[in-house]
Amino acid sequence: MPKLKIALGFAATFTAGIALATATQARDLTVVSWGGAYQDAQKKVYFEPFKKAAGSPMNDESWDGGIGVLRAKVQGGAATWDVVQVESDELAVGCEEGLFEKIEYSKIGGEAAYLPPAVDPCGIGAIVYDFVLGYDKDKLKEAPTSWADFFDTRKYPGKRSLRQGPKTTLEIALIADGIAPKDVYKVLATDEGIERAFKKLDTIKTDIVWWKAGAQPPQLLASGEVAMTSVYNGRIDAANKSEKKNFGMVWNGALYTIDSWVILKGSPNKDAAYKFLDFVGKAENQAKLSETIAYGTSNKDAAAHLQPAVLKDLPTAPDNIKNAVEINVAFWLENIDRLTERFNKWAAK
Amino acid sequence: MAEAFLTSADAPTEVPLKRRLKRAERARQFKALALVLPCLLFLLFTFLGPIAGMLWRSVDDWEVGRVLPHTVAALADWDGKDVPDEKAFAALADDIQAARASGTAAIASKRLNYALNGFRTILASTARNLKSAPEAGTAKETLGKINPAWRERATWAAIKGASGPMTSFYLLAALDLTRNVDGAIVAAAPDQAIYRDVFARTFAISFGVSVLCLILGFPVAYLLAALPPGRSNLLMIFVLLPFWTSLLVRTCAWIVLLQKEGVVNDCLRWLGIVDEPLRLVYNRFGVVVAMTHVLLPFMILPLYSSMKAISPAYMRAAASLGASPVTAFLRIYLPQTLPGIGAGCLLVFILALGYYITPALVGGAADQMISYFIANYTTETANWGLASALGTLLLLATLLLAVVYGKLVHGQQVTGGMKN
Repeated sequence: MPKLKIALGFAATFTAGIALATATQARDLTVVSWGGAYQDAQKKVYFEPFKKAAGSPMNDESWDGGIGVLRAKVQGGAATWDVVQVESDELAVGCEEGLFEKIEYSKIGGEAAYLPPAVDPCGIGAIVYDFVLGYDKDKLKEAPTSWADFFDTRKYPGKRSLRQGPKTTLEIALIADGIAPKDVYKVLATDEGIERAFKKLDTIKTDIVWWKAGAQPPQLLASGEVAMTSVYNGRIDAANKSEKKNFGMVWNGALYTIDSWVILKGSPNKDAAYKFLDFVGKAENQAKLSETIAYGTSNKDAAAHLQPAVLKDLPTAPDNIKNAVEINVAFWLENIDRLTERFNKWAAK
Repeated sequence: MAEAFLTSADAPTEVPLKRRLKRAERARQFKALALVLPCLLFLLFTFLGPIAGMLWRSVDDWEVGRVLPHTVAALADWDGKDVPDEKAFAALADDIQAARASGTAAIASKRLNYALNGFRTILASTARNLKSAPEAGTAKETLGKINPAWRERATWAAIKGASGPMTSFYLLAALDLTRNVDGAIVAAAPDQAIYRDVFARTFAISFGVSVLCLILGFPVAYLLAALPPGRSNLLMIFVLLPFWTSLLVRTCAWIVLLQKEGVVNDCLRWLGIVDEPLRLVYNRFGVVVAMTHVLLPFMILPLYSSMKAISPAYMRAAASLGASPVTAFLRIYLPQTLPGIGAGCLLVFILALGYYITPALVGGAADQMISYFIANYTTETANWGLASALGTLLLLATLLLAVVYGKLVHGQQVTGGMKN
């Protein structure tokens, strides 16, 4: 009997010890981003220089998104992350649910320093990026100019690739069907609009290969599996730069969205987090990011530090954003579950 | 007399001995328990706890009750026949203002939006436009003016249906069922009824993969068991090498092989068998091929171990008694491999049920299995109730199959597959 007690006591002390050790351990600022070519660029122009400038250590990790992950981190207590780069819908939901600290803009140069769409009570814009139409210039004789061409299998034979799920797919179908980009969500809010989008998708249903991860579309283009694909603009740029591909992209009807930096609620490194956000919010630092990877940034003055050759490839360039539409977070928050079911019903037919 | 003497003499020593033995035995048991305790605790925290959590989440319904407590109380005795009375409207106005102040409105609107599409907007617009508490007796009018949806019975039925503390909503949704305005269980709207099909698809793919693994794995296992040790060890390495390779690598290798400009299509075209490349990947064919390959070792290894235990003397005995090779195989060899076949099929089938990454990478939109939807609802849309309900159903179906399988295999083992 006493031995059992000892064993039990041991186990209890051990468990409690582990729990305490993980909870109270002081740790360095931890910044979380999206991995891959993008985080490599951030490491070079943000993380390493910040360490030097601030004279304090920091860690960087990567994640694949999902509000469930953030919820578990914050609500589980003892979160191991401080600053996270999130997508616009995670920003909206997390802000509603109180997962993020409210940003004190006075600590990061004031609201006026940033482009208005990048300013949110819970997060500060990090990059602007687009879903564009991507294609291989070596394989298509005539360059496509719009999503309508994407659906024209007679003029451009071959498979196409779209992101699996209703988000971005339905918008693209409507734009291809002749809806002006700025009116897409007005039409999509009606049942007829959704019907119309699925009907348009029916015309190329057997030719679609669905992609799930951002790295897939360039691979599908490179292997010749598909003639055209929807793709993040930065991935095309990266494939052209680092793998000497000859991919082209169409900005007409592109769908853009903003990723933001947030500070997780209850972060023990709030001061360091603000220092970091201030550093990556500076125009000259953001300009360096755009030079490394073709994403637009949030500081109003960042563009002034850039060469015209770099500027013209950014999502924020006037010519590129002219006929683009911002992905409507509010619409998708309300409709994503219903339309995901609808989409899968349609796909299984 | 002698007997009585013995009893009286032994009595004082015998009882303590028994007790001592018992005590020693108990101490040993406790020690053994203490040794397995870490393992039990580990299982409790990492396995049983999370499963219990999942089961609970599939019926848990706390959101609306916490955010709109007064409304829920006011609706408790609502008969659901008409729009509720002024009291409920006043309670709702109070709750919405309180929720807006504390920033919890989103929690309720997310849950209510599942029950009634568009509820997020209804609640948000009401919270925005409700500047101050409506004067006594005017709550119904005020709310109706802000958003006409408050004059609908369905809006209130949604709140009542979600008032908790437990709900069948998610489990019904996972079975393509829902409750109508009157609370009766009806089939879900046709464009939202997908889960029965997805479950059927999941079981069909898993079954197909198990059968293919058995057909392909049986001869290989037989060969491994029949060859002399040196050569069979070499062959075993070919079975184990892929087994030790990362799942992701093997799946991606199949993409390279099967894609339009891939190795298989190039060979077929070079041989002149096809003119146009075949569609081999991003469809059901690709999923079945890749999953069969990935799961094949789980079939071969149990088969091999059961075949290894069969003495070749049995087959020789059957032949000496005049059985043809086919008869000997069917009546002597095959029945003895049944436990191996059963274990292999069950292992492959249950592993296949939960497959996620392989169908996601080599399948099309119509080939996703149930785990894809569970992952999607868990991380993408954070609809944990529905994710848990789907997980619960998958768990139940798997347990049921395991029990049925246990009965079947057990029954066969008793007779050894031979006629008594």
